[in-house]
Amino acid sequence: MIILTGNDLETGDVVWWTGSGWSRRVADAAFVEPGEGPEQAAGIMHREMTSRAVNGAYEVDAEDGEQGPVPSHIKERMRAAGPSVRPDLGVQAEG
Amino acid sequence: MADWPRYRDDAPVNEPAVTLEAFLEQPEAVAVRIEPGADVRELVPHLARLKLIEVGFPAFKDGRGYSAARILREEGYQGELRAEGDVLLDQLGFMRRCGFDSFAPAEPIEAAKAEAAMDRWPHHYQKDAVGTVPVWAKRHG
Amino acid sequence: MATMYQYDQYDQQMVDARVAEFRDQVDRRLSGELTEEQFTPLRLMNGLYLQLHAYMLRVAVPYGTLSSQQMRMLAEIARKYDKGYGHFTTRQNIQYNWIQLKDAPDILDDLATVEMHAIQTSGNCIRNISSDQYAGVAADEVCDPRPYAELLRQWSSFHPEFSFLPRKFKIAVIASPGDRAAMRLHDIGIEMVRSEAGELGAKFFAGGGMGRTPMIAPCVREFVPVDELVSYSEAILRVYNRWGRRDNKYKARIKILVHETGADEFRRQVEEEYERMQPLDLDPPRAELERIEAFFAPPAYERLEDGYDTDDPDFRLWAQANVTAHKVPGYAAAAISLKPVGGIPGDASAEQMDIVADLAQRYSLDEVRVTHAQNLILPNVKQADLHALWQELEAAGLGTPNLDLASDIIACPGLDYCSLANARSIPVAQKLSQRLSGRERDLGELKIKISGCINACGHHHAGHIGILGVDRKGVENYQLLLGGSGAEDVSLAKITGPGFDEDGVVDAVETVTNLYLEQREEGERFVDTYRRLGMAPFKEALYG
Ligand code: HEM
Ligand code: SF4
Repeated sequence: MIILTGNDLETGDVVWWTGSGWSRRVADAAFVEPGEGPEQAAGIMHREMTSRAVNGAYEVDAEDGEQGPVPSHIKERMRAAGPSVRPDLGVQAEG
Repeated sequence: MADWPRYRDDAPVNEPAVTLEAFLEQPEAVAVRIEPGADVRELVPHLARLKLIEVGFPAFKDGRGYSAARILREEGYQGELRAEGDVLLDQLGFMRRCGFDSFAPAEPIEAAKAEAAMDRWPHHYQKDAVGTVPVWAKRHG
Repeated sequence: MATMYQYDQYDQQMVDARVAEFRDQVDRRLSGELTEEQFTPLRLMNGLYLQLHAYMLRVAVPYGTLSSQQMRMLAEIARKYDKGYGHFTTRQNIQYNWIQLKDAPDILDDLATVEMHAIQTSGNCIRNISSDQYAGVAADEVCDPRPYAELLRQWSSFHPEFSFLPRKFKIAVIASPGDRAAMRLHDIGIEMVRSEAGELGAKFFAGGGMGRTPMIAPCVREFVPVDELVSYSEAILRVYNRWGRRDNKYKARIKILVHETGADEFRRQVEEEYERMQPLDLDPPRAELERIEAFFAPPAYERLEDGYDTDDPDFRLWAQANVTAHKVPGYAAAAISLKPVGGIPGDASAEQMDIVADLAQRYSLDEVRVTHAQNLILPNVKQADLHALWQELEAAGLGTPNLDLASDIIACPGLDYCSLANARSIPVAQKLSQRLSGRERDLGELKIKISGCINACGHHHAGHIGILGVDRKGVENYQLLLGGSGAEDVSLAKITGPGFDEDGVVDAVETVTNLYLEQREEGERFVDTYRRLGMAPFKEALYG
C-alpha cells in the first residue's frame, strides 16, 4: 500500500498526505490508490505541488500499523521520526 | 546600443542557421548552429565569413555552450553569438560574459528582468570575453 | 585579529550582491515563478540542500580557517535558525540540518557580516577550496598554502564559464610533503613547491576523487609558476567542461575523463589549452598575490623557549595525542577533538562553538581551523598555556585525547540525516569508539572512516579501516575495507569480503585490530602491517 510524502516548501518539514491536507505525523497519513486520477497518487501529488502546498512529493510503501501507517523502508521511518542518534529532535521528541 | 534580447547594432541575420556538418560543406553559408557536443574549434578557419553562430542549450544544466562561446570570442569571432533554448534568467549574466550577444530563450523572459539580472553583479573576479575589468585590476589600478 | 584574509569593498559587495540575488530567487520560488527543478541548482550553489528532515545549509569555511568572531557567528546561527548545533564536515565546512527555506537569505545576510558565505558549497561548480589545517604553522611547509587557495577562491567564485560543469569540482591546496588534506583525492590537487632555482610554484594533480570509482590523481604538471595558477587551472577546467561526460552522472567527474582519455593525452590537451591562454593574460599581477600574501604574514609571535611541564598524567595523555609541533619555538598547535567516545563525529553544540571561539581568542591569536577529519585546531597556542587550555577544554567536554587514534572516527551523516544514504554511519562510529577507546593508545595511529553510501563522503576508501554502508534487501549492511590512506602514503582501501550487520562490523573491526596487535613489528602502524601482510591473513581471521 502507498502513502504520499514530501516537504513543506517554506519550512522543509517532512509532511504526509492525510486525504485533505498535509500533516507532520505519519500516523495521520491516508493510504491512496496508484494512478493519475484526481484522487489517486500521481494526481494528488501533481495538484499539491503545482499549488506549492508541498515540495518534492513522492510515493512511499507503507503497512497498516496499530497507530496508523508505518513506512516499509527504514529511510522513511527515519524521516517520519527524526534522527535515531538524536531522540531529542524531530517529531519523535514531540511525544 | 540595442538591448534585450539582442545587444548588437547591425541588422539581424535572416538566413537559417545550418548544422555544423552542413556548414562545413556549404562555402556560402553564413549562419551555423552548434550543439553542445561539437568542437567549435572546427569553425575557426571560417570565422571571417560567419555572421551568426547559434549555440544550443537543450538543457540549462549543460554548460558546454559557455566554453564554446568563449573560445569563439578568443579566436576573434565578431559576429552575432546567440544562446538558444533552455536559457534562463539566472544564467544570462554568465552567458553575456562568455560573449553571447543575443538570446532566444524557449520561455520568454521580460526585458526588465533580464536587464536587472545582467546588472546584478557590481564586480567580477575574472577576465572574460567582453573586456570586463576584473576585481584584481581595479585593486591595482 | 586573526591571521587571515580580510574582505575589501569588492569582496564584501560581491557577497552582499549574492545574498540579494538569493533572496530574490527564494522569493521567486515561494511565489511559484521558479519551479523546483529550476530552483534546485540555484539553491545548491548557495549550499542549500533538501535533506532527510528539512533543508540543510552548508556554510563554507574557506581553507578551514576561522576567526573567533566567525566561530561565534556559527554558534549564533545554530541557536537562532537551527536546533542548537552544527556538523563539521570532511571538506572543512559546517552543515546545519534543520534550516527553513524562508530563513536562508537572512542566514546568508548574517554570515556576510563576518565575511562568510555559502557560495558554491554545492552544485556542479568549483566548490570551497580545502587546505592543510596546519597551514602557516607546520614545520614542513615550503610556504603558507592559504594565499593561493584564496587566489583560487576568488577566481572560482561566480566563474562565468565554469558554473555549469558536468559535476561538482573540488580543489585542495597544500604546501608540504606531508599531506593532511587528502590532496590527491581531489579533482585538482595542488602542492606548492619550490623549483631547484628556489622559485615558488605548484605541482598539479588532476582526476582524483572518491565516490563509487575512487581514483588517485596523477600529476599533470610538475611545476606551474606561482603567477600562472589561475591560467593553468582555467586550462584544466576548460578541458573538463568541454569533454567531461554528461550522459551519466556517475561518470561525470573529471577522474573519469582523465581515466578514459589517459593521463598523457589529458595532459597534452591541457597543455594545448594552457598555451592558448597565455596571450589572454588571465592571471592577476604579482601585486595582487602580494596583497593576499600579506594577510597571511606570521602574527607577532613572542620569543619563547620550547618545553612545558607534563607531570599531570591526564594532561600528558592529551598533549601526547592532540598537540602538534609548531614552526615557532615555544608554540604548539592544539587539536580539539569533536569525537567524544560514544558521541556524534563532527557535531558541535552552539555552546561548544562559543567556548572554542573564546579559547581561540585567549590562547590562539584569535584563530581556529577545521580539519578534514572533522576536528578543530587552535593553531597558535603558547606551550606554557597548554595546561590551562586543556583544563578548560576538559570542563567543556572537548578534551578527548584521541587525535588520529581509533576513536577519532570520520563518519558522514548517513541515514540519520542524509537522503542518499543506504545505512546509518553515526551509530557504527559510536559503537566502535566505545569498543576501541580502551586500547587505542596501544593500537596507535588508526584511521577509521565510515560512509553511509557509495558516495564516500566519509572517505571510507581512504581509511586504514573503511566501512561502507549498503542496503541489503532493505536492511542496513556494512562492508569492511582495509588499507586505504588519504595522506602522503595515499592508497585506496580494498573490500575484505561479504558485509556484516551493525554489531557484526564492530566485531569485525575488533578482529582485524587483534590480528594487527599479534602480527605487528616494531614501529608498524595498522596500515603498515596490512601492507606487509596483505589481505589474506585478515580475510582468514574474519571469515575463517
Ligand atoms: C548530507 C548531505 C550530503 C549529500 C546529499 C552529499 C552528496 C554527495 C554525493 C552525491 C557525492 C558523490 C559525488 C560523486 O561521486 O560525483 C558526495 C561525495 C562527497 N561528499 Fe558528500 N554529501 C553530503 C554530505 C557530506 C558531508 C557531511 C561531507 C563531509 C563529512 C561530505 C563530503 C563529501 C566528500 C569528501 C565526497 C567525496 C568527494 C569525491 O567524490 O571526490 N558530504 N557527496
Ligand atoms: S556518503 Fe552517502 S550517506 Fe554519507 S553523507 Fe554522503 S551521500 Fe549521504
